[in-house]
Amino acid sequence: MALPKYTEPHYRIWHYIYLFICACVFFFLIAPLFVIFPLSFNAEEFLVFSDGMKRLDPDAFSLRWYHDMVYGTKNPWGLAAKNSIIIAFFATIGSVILGTLAALGLSSRYMPFKGLIMAALISPMIVPLIISGVAIFFFMAKVGLAATHLGIILAHIILGTPFVVITVTATLSGFDHSVTRAAASLGSNPVNTFMKITLPLILPGVISGALFAFVTSFDEVVVVLFLAGLDNTTIPIQMWTGLREQLSPTILAVATCLILLSTLILLTAELLRRRSERIRGISR
Amino acid sequence: MSKETKQILSTDGIPLEESLKKAEKKNKIKAFLLVCPLLLFLIITYVFPIGEMLFRSVDDKMVTNMLPKTYKAMENWDGKDLPEEDVFKAFYLDYKILVEEKRHGKLATQLNYEKNGFKSILKKLARKQKKFEEGNYKDQITKVHKRWGQVDYWRAIKRRAPAYTYSKYLKGVDMYENEDGKIVQVPENRRIHKLLWMRTLNIALGVTILCFFMAYPIAHLLATLPMKYSNLLMICVLLPFWTSLLVRTASWMILLQQQGIVNDFIVWIGLVSDDNRPEMMYNKTGTFVAMTQILLPFMVLPLYSVMKTISPSLMRAGKSLGATPAIAFFKVYFPLTIPGIGAGCLLVFILAIGYYITPALVGGASGTLISNQIAYHMKETLDWSFASAMGLMLLAGVLAIYWLYNKLVGVDNIKLG
Repeated sequence: MALPKYTEPHYRIWHYIYLFICACVFFFLIAPLFVIFPLSFNAEEFLVFSDGMKRLDPDAFSLRWYHDMVYGTKNPWGLAAKNSIIIAFFATIGSVILGTLAALGLSSRYMPFKGLIMAALISPMIVPLIISGVAIFFFMAKVGLAATHLGIILAHIILGTPFVVITVTATLSGFDHSVTRAAASLGSNPVNTFMKITLPLILPGVISGALFAFVTSFDEVVVVLFLAGLDNTTIPIQMWTGLREQLSPTILAVATCLILLSTLILLTAELLRRRSERIRGISR
Repeated sequence: MSKETKQILSTDGIPLEESLKKAEKKNKIKAFLLVCPLLLFLIITYVFPIGEMLFRSVDDKMVTNMLPKTYKAMENWDGKDLPEEDVFKAFYLDYKILVEEKRHGKLATQLNYEKNGFKSILKKLARKQKKFEEGNYKDQITKVHKRWGQVDYWRAIKRRAPAYTYSKYLKGVDMYENEDGKIVQVPENRRIHKLLWMRTLNIALGVTILCFFMAYPIAHLLATLPMKYSNLLMICVLLPFWTSLLVRTASWMILLQQQGIVNDFIVWIGLVSDDNRPEMMYNKTGTFVAMTQILLPFMVLPLYSVMKTISPSLMRAGKSLGATPAIAFFKVYFPLTIPGIGAGCLLVFILAIGYYITPALVGGASGTLISNQIAYHMKETLDWSFASAMGLMLLAGVLAIYWLYNKLVGVDNIKLG
């Protein structure tokens, strides 16, 4: 944003102050994440930068916490990672199926009580997690699904569907319905039309909804705290316990891996968003 | 003409209007059927359980069921003087069964909530009642402990007679029904819940305001920069948004600890001396700072999506008509961003008011919020009905804001990423 040459000096100063404030805010947003990287390579057990690290002494850095994360004795992370992946995988599938169907219905102009139903379907995202946790815990305990994978998966489907509904509805808002009518007039049945015409066009929205649902499940701790037994421990639960009891550098190694994972997901989501905008641009 | 159009028939001989209506109805049902699976799923696993919380929060059958004979006998008691022999006898019989079934401990806990001092006299009664003789239970019971002869304790038992109670809700706002049936506040030094509600509101409001003032400039910058720069900067907003909440909280725990980087920095610039490092974590400051950073993306994104639609020529037009940049901003640009401000502020406020994880980890004792209290009663004291009552009070507040959000912004306008 170069300023035009004729800008008066005091506006010029204002402009630089504004840029400085923006820089500070960006720093505040992103810097905390980068503290974790170097400290996870700390050779010592403390969570502060040792003098060796400040001098960039190679001996002050090591991979021992990553080693501990993978091979450590009575290591909880392996089981936690397995559980997290299983739960997030099935929760994502469930959320995507239920959420996409609902979004298709909601985008139809014939849908009765659209606003009310939409508000109800989004509510798990708005209601404080602690309340959802208590309510879902009461339900799962009653039907005997507390401390089971299935119970946690169902709970995460509840929490994940709003994201799918929102992203798919947004994609469908730019959807040209004449293409499905064209397919129908050419003799295609509704299921075939959906699979061959609608789904490929809304796929970016569906996948980005799936990413949201996956991350929601993979990162969810409040509801799992109520539901999980010893066998259902997940990565967030392990991190939560670790952060409450003693902050060990192993947690930072795990956190670094999680940041890398979220970077990957972010890049995928961004690519999908652009692709979706392009597709919708063509179809309009 | 109207008669003619009404009589238009479709190919199969049915009036067009009718067959259109039929088709529309079919479409309506089709759309509804698509939504049905999710709606049913949510109603069963989510809406009903929340309704059950409501039931749990007012349910008070436990004591009622433990002392059935006593309450039957108490129906004729006016509560002025000590009850008659029949009440004492009924209570003795009820209590005897409870002791035999080893459930009398629960009764003691429940009655102790109602009035302090029940636990010890019930324990004593459990020991002594084995040697009770037939008849004249009133004398025998009052001899066990002098408190059994005080009418206050019998009134306390009677107060637990109804099967439903709103006392948990009163407790949630630090009030209770006293012996005369009046609703009064608890003593000043024990009003912890009011403090918690105020603190929760305080922090949620503070975080919302702070987020707004930090998000506005950067959303503006993102919306006005050329695409290739703004996309890069957008990652600074989106990366924290996609990163695990626990990871972000962990990084704040590292930054804010006493030997942490923030403290190192203020010692280095000479603001405080090395042996006088301020406590920045496990208090309100920690909760405040960490929550602001974590919720900031939820403010930036709605603001950005509104600002991107504002044409830069509007500001130029204002300036060309003689406005200074400041006036052009406040008269032209700012009013156009109000929808985004409303959306962002309501979203951040809703999320902040129910925050649990971050306050629990960096909040310490003075930085915990109402959610932490609910979790505490769910997990530690096991007073689930009180946890439900507190949860529903919080939920009522959140739903009110949600309703407002829906009115002002519309839930179908929520954008993610």
